[in-house]
Amino acid sequence: MLQIPLWKRALVILICLSALAFSLPNLFYERVERHNDAVALMELGQDGADLRADRALWPEWAPSYLVNLGLDLRGGAHLLAEVHVSDVYADRIDGLWPEVRDRLRDERAVVGNVRRMPSDDAAVLRVAVSNPAGIDRALEVVRELARPMQTLTGIGARDLEVRREGDEIVVTLSEAERLATDDRTMRQSLEIIRRRVDEVGTREPTIQRQGADRILIQVPGIGSAAELKDLIGTTARLTFHPVIRQTSDGDTVPGPREVIYPSMDDPGVYYVLEQTPVVTGEQLVDAQPDFDQNSRPAVSFRFNPAGGRAFGLYTAENIGSPFAIVLDGEVISAPVIQSHIPGGSGIITGRFTVEESTQLAILLRAGALPAEMTFLEERTIGPELGQDSIDAGKIAAIVAMGAVLLFMILSYGFFGLIANIALMLNVAMIFALLSLIGATLTLPGIAGIVLTIGMAVDANVLVFERIREEMRTARGPARAIQLGYEKALSAILDANITTFITAAILFTLGSGPVRGFAVTLGLGIITSVFTALFVTRLMVVFWFERRRPKTIEI
Amino acid sequence: MRLKLVPEQTSVNFLGSWRYTFSISMLLMVLSAIAFFSIGLNFGIDFRGGTSIRTEARQPVDVAAYRSAIGTLSVGDIAISEVFDPTYGPERNVAMIRIQAQDGDEAMTPEILAQVELALQEVDATLQFTSVESVGPKVSGELVQSAILAVVAALAAVLFYIWLRFEWQFALGAVAALVHDIVLTIGLFSVLQIRFDLAIIAALLTIVGYSLNDTVVVFDRIRENLIKYKKRDILDVMNLSLNETLSRTVITSLTTLLALGSLFVLGGDVIRGFVFAMIWGVVVGTWSSVFVAAVVVKWLGVKRDWSKNDSDKGGTQFATGD
Repeated sequence: MLQIPLWKRALVILICLSALAFSLPNLFYERVERHNDAVALMELGQDGADLRADRALWPEWAPSYLVNLGLDLRGGAHLLAEVHVSDVYADRIDGLWPEVRDRLRDERAVVGNVRRMPSDDAAVLRVAVSNPAGIDRALEVVRELARPMQTLTGIGARDLEVRREGDEIVVTLSEAERLATDDRTMRQSLEIIRRRVDEVGTREPTIQRQGADRILIQVPGIGSAAELKDLIGTTARLTFHPVIRQTSDGDTVPGPREVIYPSMDDPGVYYVLEQTPVVTGEQLVDAQPDFDQNSRPAVSFRFNPAGGRAFGLYTAENIGSPFAIVLDGEVISAPVIQSHIPGGSGIITGRFTVEESTQLAILLRAGALPAEMTFLEERTIGPELGQDSIDAGKIAAIVAMGAVLLFMILSYGFFGLIANIALMLNVAMIFALLSLIGATLTLPGIAGIVLTIGMAVDANVLVFERIREEMRTARGPARAIQLGYEKALSAILDANITTFITAAILFTLGSGPVRGFAVTLGLGIITSVFTALFVTRLMVVFWFERRRPKTIEI
Repeated sequence: MRLKLVPEQTSVNFLGSWRYTFSISMLLMVLSAIAFFSIGLNFGIDFRGGTSIRTEARQPVDVAAYRSAIGTLSVGDIAISEVFDPTYGPERNVAMIRIQAQDGDEAMTPEILAQVELALQEVDATLQFTSVESVGPKVSGELVQSAILAVVAALAAVLFYIWLRFEWQFALGAVAALVHDIVLTIGLFSVLQIRFDLAIIAALLTIVGYSLNDTVVVFDRIRENLIKYKKRDILDVMNLSLNETLSRTVITSLTTLLALGSLFVLGGDVIRGFVFAMIWGVVVGTWSSVFVAAVVVKWLGVKRDWSKNDSDKGGTQFATGD
């Protein structure tokens, strides 16, 4: 009557044992963490007595997966940034101008002179030609610049839109191209933020894209969100511009295609520069902190071949003229070109401290962010508060566990003991699963586990109550136990599936702490159904087979 | 000696005075709605934007001094409250400071934040900032939307599932019970002015889950007994089912409350509001399974003939194999 095939028994026991094995490392969290760090470093080729000692803290053959601790438990910084994706349109349009100009110059006989007109919107290129009769030919020429795009929806979509407005030719990015550009901008931003965070070398940062134009950055162990913001909030866009003149009047209105930038170190000094840079930081291949001839901190850099060629050509043609090095809209320095600089390497001097030159080198090496960002949300949690929460959560979980265990034994005696073993296995399974899938445990997640401790006994209670009822009518205890499990099944499944649905919805729609809670709640439901239907049943059957009691007290 | 909280055979007439109990529930819902619209919820920064700073100091918290220190910076509305916890000694004095959202979409700029921290440290040099959280108004608006969406989606999914497994009357009964639980929780939070943030939404949805768990167990038994006793009055069948599941209801509620209770006392002040919501949810959830869900089903009436293969009528049961 109470038969369970051997393979099923073996499987259930195997699952329980592996749950214990995989949850065990979490009991020795610090040791295992140091072991894991040491292993990771040694794989990268580092070695040393300390590392070996750390590695020896935990046996090599044992499972070493750990539950990730969330920011609220470990301490660290959290930022939600919005990327101004439309900034990039202006750059793209700006980069188009030389090409448009050259094409139209080839057609000078028909279109006459070509002039770039000022535009209110930087993402719009306006071009006027002096011969109105040639404007149709000019449109045709410019349209040839538009490249076909490969998109899923638009067949024959092109990346540029060229139209005529009065005497002007107006060039903008097409809608499809804007979307594609946005996507590229986001991917670049993510990559660059990742590189910058990695350069600082903190553990397990989370850098995720959220929605169309947001990036979520979580870095455990960093002192404050402000620190993190300094690191990733700087655009670090380095450009080299020809200097038109220097002025002390910040209100000077620059001419068309000119810009005015302040000096970084000298207040009251401004430079009027040509808007289109000669070379940009995108063409850098390396940047290192360095010192100049006078042993002042500086940053040395090297261009890629294309950048090096452009830089060399420009310096050869403009010996004796000043040349501005601009970082994020501020002029670091504007040296006079002394000689032709071939080879594409150089040095940036300014009034840097050693820290500043190191930071600048990191930022330049990691690359500039393609667009500016604003921070919509920022959170800093101190490590002490995190530790407090862990301690409080631990104590609460232990007390909760103790109370429930006691209550179950008082209510169901021997069967209560079985439910208790199942409950402890249940908690082990939750931790094993959390460790294996690399989920993050947050403070609400701990609450989810404690809630599961309370609710996990529910399935067992349903079965035991049912067995009690069946004992009154059924023929013998074996039959009662079997009927108890059978008849309670529908209630257990229905009740848990509905709760699981809400956990799943929490997970998909929730964010941050809510998600952490949903994960532990959902896993808790799965494991508690498993333990109630298989583990306690197996234990009851084992006991029954050995004792063969005439009657059971439940 | 075995602890028996509920005698083996009970015959409590739960639904005998269902008119009164149901009226109590309705009244409480109306009062909750009044509280919500007149007092309103004490939204945390997740939902209305702003900055919240948690401070810890050796010296006792001086709310007035903190207030005047920040007040000189003209950052707008500030609210300061001291945090009490039984586990803190006299050396640990914790306060929460909340500053209203600044202009624009952004979180508070580091410059203003540094000024605030500096001003506070002038009041008390031992002051430490154990957590600083800032949410821009743009995000908080979206968080409200997604929270409401989550609750509505959960209700819809549950409605669908129960309709699939039982009958539409049961689905409406269960959802009525859930709405009752959510409304009462929001009402209590309005009256007590407990901070309402993202975690409370998670608590609300857990209440939905727990209450549902309870309701479904009762429904399952009602369905079983409706098949068993085809001729008995529906009120009798329901009472019988409630009595049969009473022991389980009491034990499960108690174990859950034991776990939540220890979390409430020992789990620290950070999640106390969250745990409080869940404790309240367990209590109202258990109440609503009986006095709202079952009553609504009784009201709507339910088909009495479950004997046929009813796969064509929507209700399906899991096979109770071997």
